[in-house]
Amino acid sequence: MNNHPYWEDVEQGTEIPSLVKRPTTRQLVRYAGVSGDFYEIHYDKDFAVGTGLPGVILHGALRSAFLGQMLTDWIGPNGALRKLGCQYRGMDEPGVALTCGGVVTRKYVSDGRRLLDCDVWVEDEQGRRYTPGWATVELPSRNP
Amino acid sequence: MAEAAPDVEALRRDYIGQESPPEYLDVEKGHVRAFAKAIGDPNPLYSDEIAARKSRFGGIIAPPTFLRAARTQRLEDLPPDFPYKRLLDGGSEWEYFEPVRVGDRIAAVNRVVDIFSRSGSLGPMIFVITETTYTNQLGQVTATQKNTSIRY
Repeated sequence: MNNHPYWEDVEQGTEIPSLVKRPTTRQLVRYAGVSGDFYEIHYDKDFAVGTGLPGVILHGALRSAFLGQMLTDWIGPNGALRKLGCQYRGMDEPGVALTCGGVVTRKYVSDGRRLLDCDVWVEDEQGRRYTPGWATVELPSRNP
Repeated sequence: MAEAAPDVEALRRDYIGQESPPEYLDVEKGHVRAFAKAIGDPNPLYSDEIAARKSRFGGIIAPPTFLRAARTQRLEDLPPDFPYKRLLDGGSEWEYFEPVRVGDRIAAVNRVVDIFSRSGSLGPMIFVITETTYTNQLGQVTATQKNTSIRY
């Protein structure tokens, strides 16, 4: 946990260390419980199939949470997540490993804050990115 | 499905600008820990009192997407007789201003900011864009979240 980057360590093109998640139906039930999102497509297969889906699917917001974890793991407690956005363009099913990744697209200072814009995504085992996103993080400086 | 297409102009007139009453979320330690566990995030800032106290936050904070647990009135659900019954989450855009701490009381207010129609792989769809503002007990906006809800 001690090798979080400082502002000086990062450049445009720097890759964010990836994070692999293996969501299960059990995790979807747990997430439904703690988030209060009880839409049945996330845990009731008959219901999900009845709406034309192949089976139960991940909550979009859970994939967002995975991206949040990847980013906060990377920046550490002295960095700050300022923005996190993503689109849910396709559906991910439990039982498939998902790899969260990202890359720095812009490094700049605004209002005295050392900021990085990043492209982020969640990729399935076939390399499909159904959750393209973007984030802005603030990093501490080695020479504050 | 020979449903009549919804009148987007009427929906825009009726819904854009509508605001939900505030929904209050008391941020409890056990809930934060359970949320972190559910998303599979072992970050000590969400559960370890000692580690969190030593951090710059001085105490346990909530994961970035935790505020989603404040369930405001779902303005994006539109009228009950709406012809498209199926619903998908199209995306989300968070902006963070202040950390969310255990003990905070967060007021969440949801507002409809845009409605439009589009045709996609699932057929005709209605997009409803809402924005939720989360304000803590000190009157600080902790975060805002824009959400895209798709009816089809």
